[in-house]
Amino acid sequence: MGVVMNANTAVSGEFSRFFHFLMQEMKPRGPWLTPFNVISIPVIFTGVVIIVIRFIYGLGAVTNLSQDFPWGFWLGFDVITGVALAAGAYVITFVVYVMKVEKYHSIVRITVLNGLLAYIFYAGALVFDIGRPWQAYNPYIGNKFGFSSVMFLICWHFFLYMVAAFIEFSPVVAEWAGWEKARKFLKSITLATVILGITLSILHQSGLGALFLMAKPKIHPLWWSEFIPVLFLVSSVYAGLAMIIFESTISHRVFRHLIPHDPKHSFDDILFGLAKGAAIVMFVYYFFKALLFIHGKQWSMVNDAWGYWFLVEVIGFVLIPGFMFAFGYRNRSLNIIKIASVMALLGIVLNRLNVSVISFKWYAEVHYFPSWQEIVVTLMIIFTEIWILRWVVTRMPVFKPAH
Amino acid sequence: MDRRGFLKTTLVAGSAALAGGDLCAQETRDPEEFVGILVDTTRCIGCRACEVACGETHDLFVPDVLNDGALEENRSTSDKQWMVVNKFETEAGEVFVKRQCMHCYQAACASACPTEAMEKTKNGPVTWHGNRCIGCRYCMASCPFDMPKFEYGEWNPKIQKCTLCFERLEAGQKPACVAACPTDALMFGTRVKNLEIARHRIYNHPDDYVHHIYGEHEVGGTGYIYLSAVPFEQLGFRTDLGTRPYPEYTKEFLYSVPMVLFGVPAFLLGLNALIGGPQPGQEKTFELEAGDDGGGDER
Repeated sequence: MGVVMNANTAVSGEFSRFFHFLMQEMKPRGPWLTPFNVISIPVIFTGVVIIVIRFIYGLGAVTNLSQDFPWGFWLGFDVITGVALAAGAYVITFVVYVMKVEKYHSIVRITVLNGLLAYIFYAGALVFDIGRPWQAYNPYIGNKFGFSSVMFLICWHFFLYMVAAFIEFSPVVAEWAGWEKARKFLKSITLATVILGITLSILHQSGLGALFLMAKPKIHPLWWSEFIPVLFLVSSVYAGLAMIIFESTISHRVFRHLIPHDPKHSFDDILFGLAKGAAIVMFVYYFFKALLFIHGKQWSMVNDAWGYWFLVEVIGFVLIPGFMFAFGYRNRSLNIIKIASVMALLGIVLNRLNVSVISFKWYAEVHYFPSWQEIVVTLMIIFTEIWILRWVVTRMPVFKPAH
Repeated sequence: MDRRGFLKTTLVAGSAALAGGDLCAQETRDPEEFVGILVDTTRCIGCRACEVACGETHDLFVPDVLNDGALEENRSTSDKQWMVVNKFETEAGEVFVKRQCMHCYQAACASACPTEAMEKTKNGPVTWHGNRCIGCRYCMASCPFDMPKFEYGEWNPKIQKCTLCFERLEAGQKPACVAACPTDALMFGTRVKNLEIARHRIYNHPDDYVHHIYGEHEVGGTGYIYLSAVPFEQLGFRTDLGTRPYPEYTKEFLYSVPMVLFGVPAFLLGLNALIGGPQPGQEKTFELEAGDDGGGDER
């Protein structure tokens, strides 16, 4: 009896301690009237109003979706593009935990956090886009499972990957909350969750491409191929690397005061390593694209607007940034690498939007273009993610050396 | 073909053992069971009695066929109308064509659906189950005929498309459009029988028909099949859809899933063990620098 009582008081004591700690942490820190806050707060409120309208009057009230264009900006940009840009987490955990490369260890936590939040917000954006989100549990514990569906696979993988990424990040949360035993246990299962996360990522990064396999007659032949899944997977690798370069350049400016100096591996060294990796993957991707182009005898399609657009994407935003990464690495030029990372990211955005929205029904007389509401909601999602990211980074030991 | 062959060999070799389940919505049942409708466009007079019957039967929009002049424009089906009749000016004069869901043998929409809300039922109709649907619209993106329609103006949207009147079929009746057709332009029956009738008409009147039954081979065969006096391109049909059943486009990817799901972890665990040495963070790299108290002391 006494033991139970003791355990109870211990648990409730810990609970009230954590509750007070959490309340303390919820308080804002730093100045309120920053430019980011001034821009993001009105956008977030507008976005919430738009979402309320969407749930009362239906998708048609706020989007330009139609019977001819069932998938628009929310799916094509938020989900398909957002998930590709979140690929850094699986690439970098592979390098650090499976290959045991110490050099990139200091960026693991922030990269995994970015990946986790990207999945929660961008894959989570599906809740706004699907018509009956209150039945979204159906693929998981519902009345029927569509085993033959790529969407079914993606539903499961998004969910499982979020769990895996959360476990990968959870030692940081435990450290922040002061739960030492939990931290040790969570740390001990890191390798297993990393491997699960990599496997799931390979499948759903390619799976997002596989979604479009059955849309063969609707997608311009320059973008449709039986190998879209492979193209999506390979490009997600350099998308992730470019995103790490881009994002960590910014966070090293914004959160400079939080980041300790690592004597062995300077931040510049890490960026050069990432740039070299990105260059190699981009050349492989370009080679594959070229192979498909030649094998598909697509020369005849190049000489019109769609062909030029294709060349802009493949040469302007894959080949050129690839060379820039290689050049920046050889000549130790961080500026070129940073510009290359932005171009590579734009190339990913272009490619994903080209497949999912722009070249979809390329023959249609009236083509879909996103409404301002769709863009505001997308901005709302991005800004909310940055708010959460900022909250986590300034409170949890994200930039402290990873254990 | 050799690309596909290469892919197949690689994937199937690795996954044959694991891929026991019926990953694809492939039909192994006797095709004679399937029912469908034969549309003979040479017999259609464009009276649109079928449109009215369809709207009345399913509580949808009922057009005012005498006064609305809808034949002058080229319409698509919508979330309010499961079928429409369009008029085409062709080399054989005016031709009227009824369009609706084709009720494919191996339906892209059914294999696309993550919850089997779209279902290819046992005897042919492709139907939708509202209690399963999550509204992802993958069926719309996948359907080669663009037939599933979504209620964009509803808070609780439904997918709307022709159901081949499966409730009427269960009650032993013909689909409403067929029952309403005054000229036998629509014939209801098993697909095998409909194909025989269609071939019979082409053989008996070789000059009145193009020698092509639309839907016999397109996308692996459809429940609705069409006869025409003019090439089908002139009637707004897509003739570039191929004869491969659409679920097969994703079949190879889905077969590769078990291979990746088990092969990759095995490979990564092996790789990790081969590399050996401590996990990163265990050699106290940063401890001095950051003055961190708990760094690198696990286990």
